[in-house]
Amino acid sequence: MDFFDRFAVPHPSFLIYASMVAIGLTVIAVLVGITYFKKWDYLWREWLTTVDHKRIGIMYLISALLMLFRGGVDAIMLRAQLAIPDNKLLESQHYNEVFSTHGVVMILFMAMPFIMFFFNFVVPLQIGARDVAFPRLNAISFWLFFMGAMLFNISFVIGGSPDAGWTSYFPLAGNDFSTSVGSNYYMIAIQIAGIGTLMTGINFITTIFKMRAPGMKLMQMPMFTWSALISNLIIVFAFPVLTVLLAMGTMDRLFDTKFFAIGDGGSDMLWANLFWVWGHPEVYILILPAFGLFSEIISTFARRNLYGYKSMVASMVVISAFSFFVWAHHFFTMGQGALANSFFSITTMAIAVPTGVKIFNWLFTLWKGKIEFTTPMLYAMHFLPLFTLGGVTGVMLAMSAADYQYHNTMFLVAHFHNVIIPGVVYAMLGGLTYYWPKMFGFMLNERIGKWTVWLMSIGFVLAFIPMYITGLDGQARRMYTYSEATGFGPLNMVAFIGAGIMAISFALLVYNIYYSVRYSPRNIGNDPWNARTLEWATHTPVPEYNFAVMPQVKSTEAFWDAKKNGHEIFKGKIEKIHMPNSSGLPFIMSCIFFVFGFSMIFSIWPLAIISLLGILGCLVYRSFEKDHGHYIPVEEIEETETKLRGAK
Amino acid sequence: MKIDHSLPLEYSTEENRLKIFGFWIFLGAEIMLFATLFTSYFVYENRSGNGPTGAEIFELSPVLMETILLLASSFTIGLGIHAMRLGKQKAMMSFFAVTLVLGLGFLGFEIFEFTTYIHEGAGLSTSGFTSMLLTTLGTHGLHVTLGFFWGLFIILQVKKRGLTPETANKSFIFSLYWHFLDVVWIFIFSFIYLKGMM
Repeated sequence: MDFFDRFAVPHPSFLIYASMVAIGLTVIAVLVGITYFKKWDYLWREWLTTVDHKRIGIMYLISALLMLFRGGVDAIMLRAQLAIPDNKLLESQHYNEVFSTHGVVMILFMAMPFIMFFFNFVVPLQIGARDVAFPRLNAISFWLFFMGAMLFNISFVIGGSPDAGWTSYFPLAGNDFSTSVGSNYYMIAIQIAGIGTLMTGINFITTIFKMRAPGMKLMQMPMFTWSALISNLIIVFAFPVLTVLLAMGTMDRLFDTKFFAIGDGGSDMLWANLFWVWGHPEVYILILPAFGLFSEIISTFARRNLYGYKSMVASMVVISAFSFFVWAHHFFTMGQGALANSFFSITTMAIAVPTGVKIFNWLFTLWKGKIEFTTPMLYAMHFLPLFTLGGVTGVMLAMSAADYQYHNTMFLVAHFHNVIIPGVVYAMLGGLTYYWPKMFGFMLNERIGKWTVWLMSIGFVLAFIPMYITGLDGQARRMYTYSEATGFGPLNMVAFIGAGIMAISFALLVYNIYYSVRYSPRNIGNDPWNARTLEWATHTPVPEYNFAVMPQVKSTEAFWDAKKNGHEIFKGKIEKIHMPNSSGLPFIMSCIFFVFGFSMIFSIWPLAIISLLGILGCLVYRSFEKDHGHYIPVEEIEETETKLRGAK
Repeated sequence: MKIDHSLPLEYSTEENRLKIFGFWIFLGAEIMLFATLFTSYFVYENRSGNGPTGAEIFELSPVLMETILLLASSFTIGLGIHAMRLGKQKAMMSFFAVTLVLGLGFLGFEIFEFTTYIHEGAGLSTSGFTSMLLTTLGTHGLHVTLGFFWGLFIILQVKKRGLTPETANKSFIFSLYWHFLDVVWIFIFSFIYLKGMM
């Protein structure tokens, strides 16, 4: 029985057993459902083996939404525990596990795949390409991310969740203080997903540099594509640091190396440093594409071209460079001395300048525009003031001397939620509403959509503004409870109510999807928002090959100029199109990666070696495989084009 | 696939050009990976705890042998690519084979070096310094090992399929990788061994 003991959850509770049963039943229901409706073949042929960037994008989207709800449930549990003083809802260990997984899930398994969805779905269409540079690699990226996410998510029913915070600082995350396999899950699941992300970075940089439509110069790319390019450059430079860091952490936990040990020449501060050398650029990886989406949305619905295109690009480049020189502001209080603190203080405050440039550019785009308050635009309008508030508290935190008061308090928690929620989450949901018709051929309901935005903002303000106050009063983060004498009770109750309202707004989002699937009109044309960039120039739904004829671009807003100034973008006649073949290898290899990760986490060495050989075998197979893709003949393209034109 | 005959074989198709460009970006990521390892190494350089220091365990002769073998292999793979450009398949394959044999020699010396360290009490879990030293060297060694098999499979493919745009592209990308490992080794030799022995 010793062998099986390791899979038991260290601190079982009713909630965990209930989740086990629920997960088991859901898995059985899904498997039975697919078999009953005879969908295995469809699933395998059209989704599991696809290399089409649009389908991979949609799979990222589904994963991101699922993780949003997983992370959201964690958030509600945290706020419920803190709602009243001396609450007994969650015990301390359980609370530690919940806030650790909430952070990891929301950042790495919700926000990351959400932006990957936009990269995948939007970028090739915006630059007029037929796919990404390496379609097969793109599928591997997705499946590695997906398997990493699944591996991380089973932790709470098998073996125990990580409990050392999403930053997983050593020595807390070391074997001495984190005795369950939870931190192994952290090290290995994120490693697997991270490899996928790194490959996405390489893929999209190549795509954007090398596969733009004829005539599209770098300084004519749509702003979202620019933000994707910068974001992917940061990925390629930041993620290798995470790879090394997680490998070191894994070795400390599994092979007794002394990297972050307290004695024997170990240096636990190196974890904090390297973590944030990756971690700070990581937040810019998330926020820059969000800025890009807001740029698209604001210029579309203000009916004006984006103000200050060049300064928008320049500010993103400056932000991306600075993002690598600010990491120590995450631990001003850990004793690196006044000189280092001053340096990081100044660089951090300096980032506010290019960000401010962007805010003013958006305001000037709105100035004298014919503003139309659609749901995506409403998200953008709520983003501007709320995000600015978050930015200002960021500058407060950047002052290293004052940070001794804020450090590790709820003030910090309020700050980063204040930039991530109105910044990233609003952009993701606004962008989702904006691109929904391009994906599925019908629009999300506007009325329900606007209710969602307002409820979310009201919930957000109620949930996080009180935390600024309790934080300044000294309420520490990551503490599972507080006494009544502290006086934090009422404000935490307000925060709980705010979190509840946000939960309602997310439920409304789901209802909106259901409602729109049933009742939205289907004949909306290719360009329902009267937008400006190339992705709206092709058919809805987008055919497999994206564009029957390659677009010719002469300006920053090719499609708008085609509509208003009579530029012709589709010149020439249809020729046969070369497309990549589907492949099952990415999915199979990632499944083996899952087994490998699992056996590493539980130190089952024979299985780890066998699965590692399996992974290498897949690579060898790929090396010898002959795959030249296929051609879509002209007749088939013409047939598809006629059908899609008729569908309008 | 359109083949552009005015360019060398490895650049002759659109797909080939994309792959070479993408691989350069991958090498950028690899530079960051090794940069992180080197930075961490400098942190641990003098953190040897109760274990041996670098000056106590480093020996010049095996390291010098490794250096000579790897630098020579970088030269021979360059000759291999030159032969490929001239369309001389046999010569190219021979140079690639010599490269891999030299790489194997390098690995042999490195394994010998590692076993010596462990005998001298500088194991993976001795101290921060030894953990980092073996991880940095091990990461490079792992790259060489993977490169050995990768190169082997490419030779087999060139033998079976001849010099096509595809095999030429693979060979060229492999040569970029191999040169890169050499560059990393020069840093290891200078900043780990020579600096440690001074």
